[in-house]
Amino acid sequence: MSNLIKFKIDGVECMTERGKFIVEAALENGIFIPTLCNMPGVKPKGSCRICTVKINGRLMTSCTTPVADGMEVESNSTEINELRKSIVELLFVSGNHFCPACEKSGNCELQALGYLYQMMVPRYPYEFPLREVDADSPYIIKDQNRCILCKRCIKTIKDEQGRSLFAFRDRGHRLEVVLDKELAAEMTPELAELAMKNCPVGSILVKEKGFVEPIGKRKFDKTAIGSDVKL
Amino acid sequence: MKDTVKQIVEKYSKDKTRLMDILIETQEAFGFISSEAIEVMSVMLNMSKVDVEQTISFYHFFSTKPRGEYAIYLNDSAVAHMFGRQAVKEAFEKETGIRFGEVTPDGKIGLFNTACIGMNDQEPAAIINNKVFTRLTPYRVGEIIRCIRSGCKVDELINESYGDGKNQLPSLRAMVSSNIRRKGMILSDDYVYGTVTSEVLPKMSPEAVIAEIKHSHIRGRGGAGFPTGLKWEFCRRSKGEKHYVICNADEGEPGTFKDRVILTEKPELVFEGMAIAGYAIGGDEGILYLRYEYRYMKEYLEQVLDEMRNKNLLGKNIAGIEGFDFDIRIQFGAGAYVCGEESALLESLEGKRGEPRDKPPFPVEKGYLNQPTIINNVETFATAVRIVQNGGEWFTQFGTEDSTGTKILSISGDCMFPGVYEVNWGFNVNDMLNMVGAYDVQAVQVGGPSGTLIGPDEFNRTLGYSDLSTGGSMIVFGKQRNLLSDVVLNFMEFFIEESCGSCSTCRNMTQVMANKLKKILKGKGVVKDLEDLRSWSKVLQASRCGLGQTAGNPIISSLKNFRHLYEEFIQKEKDFDEGFDLVAAVQDSCKYVGRVPNFHHH
Amino acid sequence: MSKPVIATTSLAGCFGCHMSILDIDERILQLIELVEFNKSPVDDIKTFTKPVDIGIIEGGCCNSENVEVLKSFRKNCKILISLGECAIMGGLPALRNGIPIEECLHEAYIGGPTVGLNKMGIMPNDDELPMLLDKVYPCHEIVKIDYFLPGCPPRADLIWDALVALITGDPMKLPYEVVKFD
Repeated sequence: MSNLIKFKIDGVECMTERGKFIVEAALENGIFIPTLCNMPGVKPKGSCRICTVKINGRLMTSCTTPVADGMEVESNSTEINELRKSIVELLFVSGNHFCPACEKSGNCELQALGYLYQMMVPRYPYEFPLREVDADSPYIIKDQNRCILCKRCIKTIKDEQGRSLFAFRDRGHRLEVVLDKELAAEMTPELAELAMKNCPVGSILVKEKGFVEPIGKRKFDKTAIGSDVKL
Repeated sequence: MKDTVKQIVEKYSKDKTRLMDILIETQEAFGFISSEAIEVMSVMLNMSKVDVEQTISFYHFFSTKPRGEYAIYLNDSAVAHMFGRQAVKEAFEKETGIRFGEVTPDGKIGLFNTACIGMNDQEPAAIINNKVFTRLTPYRVGEIIRCIRSGCKVDELINESYGDGKNQLPSLRAMVSSNIRRKGMILSDDYVYGTVTSEVLPKMSPEAVIAEIKHSHIRGRGGAGFPTGLKWEFCRRSKGEKHYVICNADEGEPGTFKDRVILTEKPELVFEGMAIAGYAIGGDEGILYLRYEYRYMKEYLEQVLDEMRNKNLLGKNIAGIEGFDFDIRIQFGAGAYVCGEESALLESLEGKRGEPRDKPPFPVEKGYLNQPTIINNVETFATAVRIVQNGGEWFTQFGTEDSTGTKILSISGDCMFPGVYEVNWGFNVNDMLNMVGAYDVQAVQVGGPSGTLIGPDEFNRTLGYSDLSTGGSMIVFGKQRNLLSDVVLNFMEFFIEESCGSCSTCRNMTQVMANKLKKILKGKGVVKDLEDLRSWSKVLQASRCGLGQTAGNPIISSLKNFRHLYEEFIQKEKDFDEGFDLVAAVQDSCKYVGRVPNFHHH
Repeated sequence: MSKPVIATTSLAGCFGCHMSILDIDERILQLIELVEFNKSPVDDIKTFTKPVDIGIIEGGCCNSENVEVLKSFRKNCKILISLGECAIMGGLPALRNGIPIEECLHEAYIGGPTVGLNKMGIMPNDDELPMLLDKVYPCHEIVKIDYFLPGCPPRADLIWDALVALITGDPMKLPYEVVKFD
């Protein structure tokens, strides 16, 4: 049996190896499906739901669903784009995302998705939750106002013994990502840098670091997220 | 303290996947899980502290602060409110001098709210140090608190004169009534447990067992309705080092309490069903995942398991069948509705936060500890015994074509005889209401908060997988009830509280919708709000698990079937009102600076 | 046909959005050919003197006066535009949202490091002063807003494109670079 399988995204014929998740397979075929919680090479946990697509009438996350032979995926449709826009808006209103005051502005993936879906104003009321900024660690700042609970730091930032520096706390609407005080006090500058890099928004910042690139010249200022993916 | 915690961790072989047990025992030993305890666990299990804490903070019954020598958890379900919860709550606060969420200064008593504890047929009810107290009244509250103050042990608080004695174990009798109102093949007393294992199984191959289950067309009794036979077959075919049988007894859907009754009246049937399943799928280990609210059954269920081991209905070479080894352990949850979702249950079983898994892979391929696993409801296992005993063909004579067999309903709310009723599938709602003595009914909540709220024009519908599907919760609301503020809002708050928070959709949209409902109830709603609720709720469909996907149902279903109730609150003359209230908005600042609000001078 | 009438105001804002209006550079000459300004800091007309077609709001609402002005804009303007992050989501002033108002006032007038001159600890409470709201409200949570132009400030090109589209009835072009939240 050949290891190559055929599938379709929005009617476009695609081909990939068996076992690949839809997101990766789409990328290989030059099709961009937006993601937030997903990271290449890291075990996915479909939690942001941004990469939701429709397969056989069912909504599935493309970061966790492996491609099947002959699968027909609906991604760039009015319905799905509207859903994704709603999710972006939900994330905006449920935190305190003050873009003008954020170091990550222009490089932020959440903001970039706001641009992609032309969010002029979220349709939901702002919650303005009271959130803390944890600056106890000597190396990084964890700003809960901006956290979108994507889990990327939890999954990727570990010490040499494999212990997580980040973890969830509480659940549901009170959920937050917290930093282990002791492990954070001993983290290497490289790990701190990686934590900031892996955060899709401005929730993890390295302390005492200047931001060299001015607003206007950052990643998503002139070009849309995913625009480097070519069909 | 440290030594005790060390012993506990060692007792579980420093196994991370048994973190739930470690935490439960620590919580019970000290009334809370201290930072020293967390420190010990994190070192011994080689986890970061925040990693240990993330499991603790997920579960309602774990706490890093003392919960009091007597931790009182008062049920907060809609039905509890209908039967006088407010008076009971006030009595607790008056007698203890503290508010809910607090502990008395002497550390003696703590008062906490908790989601449905499976006692809807005898509300208001509370759990005090793992014992259940039902049909509470202010008088009884006074009695309990006085007794605590005078130094009584929790067992001494149980007043036998309040029980009705249907449960098998005497000590349970005084606490909880079984309220069995109608018996069928599961609740009937005509089956001697062990008969199938010792007389039928020796003559059947595992494949033949699965064939009978498939032939019976039984579908999962937890609510989702997946064909049981197929599940067993898939699991049997999946390759793995070990196959597991899990019984889902995390009965958390508000208004459901039939598993409570099955487990205290017919636990042998459930355990025998699990063993049969083990035989069928080729697994030798079974786990009963029991919600912590049912901790009071622990002693009794352990006793039953021992008895079954003594009779060789569990253990090695069961009933003399060479190689048929099967045993069962009980794993407790710690207060999380979402753990009733099978993959969240698996996470919890592995000592983690109960966050549902992405599917595929399904548990039958990769389940508990990544091995092929079946997870079935308490009632499904109990039913399986009768199917194997009498054959799949026999079973299909009960119920309807697409919903075979019987269903145990948990019926509560405004009716003369709340309790459990075992009926054939295909029963219609009108008959059900007549059966339980429910008159002047305004609405019935079918299948709990995640189900459907129906009005009289739909009472001719029938219970079954193709019409009104239900895991068994049926709550009756009389004409006197205010459905939106007393029921729908309570259900929404339940989902907000019980969402695991992993999906952006469920974590946030439940809150957004509940806020909008509150705005409407305050008289600040406009017609557009109703359309918003309907269209916004669609986002929930993109959630990972059933909880998230159905978390908007209380509003969606009431909006569809009881739109007039919403319209009564809507301002017809306005097309815009986001609920802004100038008088309220300036109140605090004026008070603080010391001036009288004045709205006329600019 | 008479020229469309425009009014503008800055509520809890920094006037940066107004600066951005001026930032359309020489096109401002074209703009005054196209439209007539009524109540606005641009021409210093203090009260509405005629019905207005387009009202442009900078800033969210942090006090009772903001609310009153916003409501008068809603009453006098056919179309209302929320211009900039503050009008849309409260912006920087809304960083106080979630913090109890008592704490904010205490920090501002008594406890903060820059209140050295207020030795008596006087809390401004004259009846003439606007009353502070419990939080900073986005404009669309108080009155109906028809259009939203994000940015801090919104790019001059975005403002220009939007105004021209509204006046001429042409569809609004939204090139990627002009719709930004910072």
